[in-house]
Amino acid sequence: MADYLPHTDTDLREMLAFLGLESLDELFAHIPEALRLTHALATPEGLSEPDVAARFQDLAALNQARSSRTVCFAGAGAYDHTVPPVVTSLGSRSEFVTAYTPYQPEVAQGVLQAVFEYQSMVSRLFGLEVANASLYDGATGLVEALNMAHGSTGRSRMVISQGVHPHWRQVVKTFARGTGYEIVEVPLVNGVTDWSGVDLGEAAAVVVAYPNVLGAIEEVGAPMNLAHAHGALGVVCANPVALGVLRSPGDFGADVVVGEGQPFGTALSFGGPYLGLFACTMEQIRRLPGRIVGETLDLEGRRAFVTTLRAREQDIRREKATSNICSNQTLMAITASIQLSYLGPRGLYEVAARSAAGAHHLAARLSEIPGVSLVSDAPFLHEFALRLPVSAHRVVHEMAAEGLLAGVALDHLSEGESCGVRDPETVLLVAVTEKRTREEMDSYVDVMKKVVA
Amino acid sequence: MSQPGGRAASAPLMGREIEPTIFELSSPGRSAYQLRTTGVEALDLTSVVPGEYVREEPVRLPEVSERDLVGHVTRLSHRQFSVDLGFYPLGSCTMKYNPKIADWVTGLEGLNSVHPGVPSELCQGWLELMVDLEERLCAVTGMAAATLQPAAGAAGELTGLLLMRAYHESRHDQRRRVLIPDSAHGTNPASVTLGGYEVTTIPSGPDGLVDVAALKAALGDDVAGIMLTNPNTAGLFEENIVEIAEAVHGVGGLLYYDGANLNAILGVVRPGDMGFDIVHMNLHKTFATPHGGGGPGAGPVAVAEHLAPFLPGPQPAREGDHFVWRSPEHSIGRVHGWHGNALVLARALAYIEVHGGDGLRRVAERAVLNARYLQARLADTLPAAYEGPCMHECVLTAKGLKDETGVRGLDVAKALLEHGFHAPTVYFPLIVEEALMFEPTETESRETIDALVDALRSIAEQSVRDPDGVRAAPRSTPVRRLDEARAARQLVATEDAAHR
Repeated sequence: MADYLPHTDTDLREMLAFLGLESLDELFAHIPEALRLTHALATPEGLSEPDVAARFQDLAALNQARSSRTVCFAGAGAYDHTVPPVVTSLGSRSEFVTAYTPYQPEVAQGVLQAVFEYQSMVSRLFGLEVANASLYDGATGLVEALNMAHGSTGRSRMVISQGVHPHWRQVVKTFARGTGYEIVEVPLVNGVTDWSGVDLGEAAAVVVAYPNVLGAIEEVGAPMNLAHAHGALGVVCANPVALGVLRSPGDFGADVVVGEGQPFGTALSFGGPYLGLFACTMEQIRRLPGRIVGETLDLEGRRAFVTTLRAREQDIRREKATSNICSNQTLMAITASIQLSYLGPRGLYEVAARSAAGAHHLAARLSEIPGVSLVSDAPFLHEFALRLPVSAHRVVHEMAAEGLLAGVALDHLSEGESCGVRDPETVLLVAVTEKRTREEMDSYVDVMKKVVA
Repeated sequence: MSQPGGRAASAPLMGREIEPTIFELSSPGRSAYQLRTTGVEALDLTSVVPGEYVREEPVRLPEVSERDLVGHVTRLSHRQFSVDLGFYPLGSCTMKYNPKIADWVTGLEGLNSVHPGVPSELCQGWLELMVDLEERLCAVTGMAAATLQPAAGAAGELTGLLLMRAYHESRHDQRRRVLIPDSAHGTNPASVTLGGYEVTTIPSGPDGLVDVAALKAALGDDVAGIMLTNPNTAGLFEENIVEIAEAVHGVGGLLYYDGANLNAILGVVRPGDMGFDIVHMNLHKTFATPHGGGGPGAGPVAVAEHLAPFLPGPQPAREGDHFVWRSPEHSIGRVHGWHGNALVLARALAYIEVHGGDGLRRVAERAVLNARYLQARLADTLPAAYEGPCMHECVLTAKGLKDETGVRGLDVAKALLEHGFHAPTVYFPLIVEEALMFEPTETESRETIDALVDALRSIAEQSVRDPDGVRAAPRSTPVRRLDEARAARQLVATEDAAHR
């Protein structure tokens, strides 16, 4: 039987003898007999590694949406950006992959310094003073931002644009069952948030997406100012690649910025593990969720890094902690810092600008098809919402048969949440990354013409 | 020099040289990136985006060549201890060997290139994989249904508490308190607060087990439930679990099983049989998915039949010969932006498939054997904090050593680094003075454990002879002990703060 256990029969016999035991079963003799299993677990027999590999190859082959079968034009929070071999290679170094949380900094400088570099990059990208060492994903990052706003203002009323990703709003509502927050959603008009007429009294947070789920570039400064005028924190959910060309939310007065860091070096991976980006102003540092790495010196005066401001965290503050998070997404954070170093300032700009160029090219071509139009005339970058004359789900299904993942059907994504658009069943969210060629887009347009005809 | 059986050499890390930050290595004009030739014409951004939104300067990222990036990250990796490098007996963290087959699985293009927002007919393989994993986890825990969405243990805890809340509310039953033993992980009380409940702390008795009389005295019809780790954080099996379960259920409360220590009981006893209603598992502990320097983990939650209608949705489900997404009738909603840490889930399933039911039982047997052997061999050096037989980890105390020599548990831990081993968990659980918590795991050989014993004995002997020498350890690690107070007092958490 295959396993990873080093014990020989002699080892077992001698170790048991040392303990005065005769069998392995005796190790569990103190567990009440009525509880002890008398039969094997109801799981299949163990397989050899090659057999397991074959099984997984079969499973993988069943995924029609894999990249060798379909060209990806889907976005909606998960993007098919370039992940170069050097990033995959460095991000899978076992020294990072198989380490635990850096509790012993003397032997964890690798992870600690890499996270420090990651924090530095996120801070610059978002235009805020501090970033933490990562959260689970963008959605739970927003939950933590709201908890921070509650802690900062003492209020529980969360005002959130419907331009925020519907899954993120669902996650917010799930966790609000525990914290008791009131969630107020602000509708969109022509694809962007209509803040007029919103009651911001007693608001803890005002949340806007940049760009929003429809791809529209929203005004950020106005809601941030509204938030501050009412004593609330201004929170921005940012697409991090878009910030390669867009001004940082911090420049518009955001107090907290969260984002989904998957586009920085992590493959689509069926939704995880991804990366929760989180940054805030120094004013909120004592309420920061999760770990943060700081610089210090060792006793020989050498520069070193260590997790710091630990008194906020659950293992010390217990029920009064700023968050319950312990494990985070460090490996994805390290990978993101490697990807951003690979891209550099010009590379990140190029990724954002080329993605936008592709999206605008494709949107223009698609708009020429009778019955097909853009949902909004708001400015956009690499993602847009398309109104179709037929069901978007049908289009996704039929174009997949032609080797194209056309996008994400809005009503499939929104699962009943409103995204501020009428008839969402005929809306398709389309994303273009720097990987998509002109030929792929020409093919997309041709197939779309056939499907909607 | 490395020993047979896999003992790490002493001071195995290179990297005594301070490594510049990537920003310090940056040189204006240098670059590494290469992008695809797409044939798409460049776009004048100002023609499509209002000027006030366009960034004036590019983001100030490092400018390095690919070769310099590789050198930098590789040198950082040489300053990092890991399971692959050596023995990592960090208690409560189950730092077992992470089989490479699981890495290989995540490299399959048919898994890692799939967009999470596709309709179910385009991701049948992923849905089957998830349903299989749910079924295996239910078999291991003795539960009826599971969710794979929670991204880590603490996320699983909070999900479990929200399930508890939804269950009580569905019965129009307002409850206020959750009981937690004083030996619990800090995530338990932190999750309780976020679940909208108050914590009532239950003391442990002198035997390290939950004080059942105190627990019963704390019960009432305002108790929503109890969170227990079994074996508990002292490494001891809560032998009164059936009595505890009956008492909590007797007042209408639910039992939550914190799966941090599930490795000890695989195939031996199941939380469902002990009376638990809700279980979270740390796939990054029990099921060998690597910890990634602090994450990603995965914290699936399994529940008994009466809680299944409240599970997060949408859930993968088998329907005849294919798979669909379905939301439970009274679902609490999503707890993750997509479907959980999917590639971590794939790794865990690969691990389970290699082992099978028999193999998982052997994992628990060897994990307990190793811990109990370690504890027994150290009895005259660092005594166990409690008399009862330990399960997969042992909590020892350095109190005697401290009283005799002034050398603290933390000093022992730091000295172990000098001997080439990772430190145990120190000062946890909080109820043990000078606690040193060792979890050898099942994948370490007897020779490795013997080498750890030798190292600890040598540290104990040095503590009598030369206590200052022990307190000065480690000396040969990439850096020595840090000024942690300075890090907090003068916060420098970014490159910009460093040069302000």
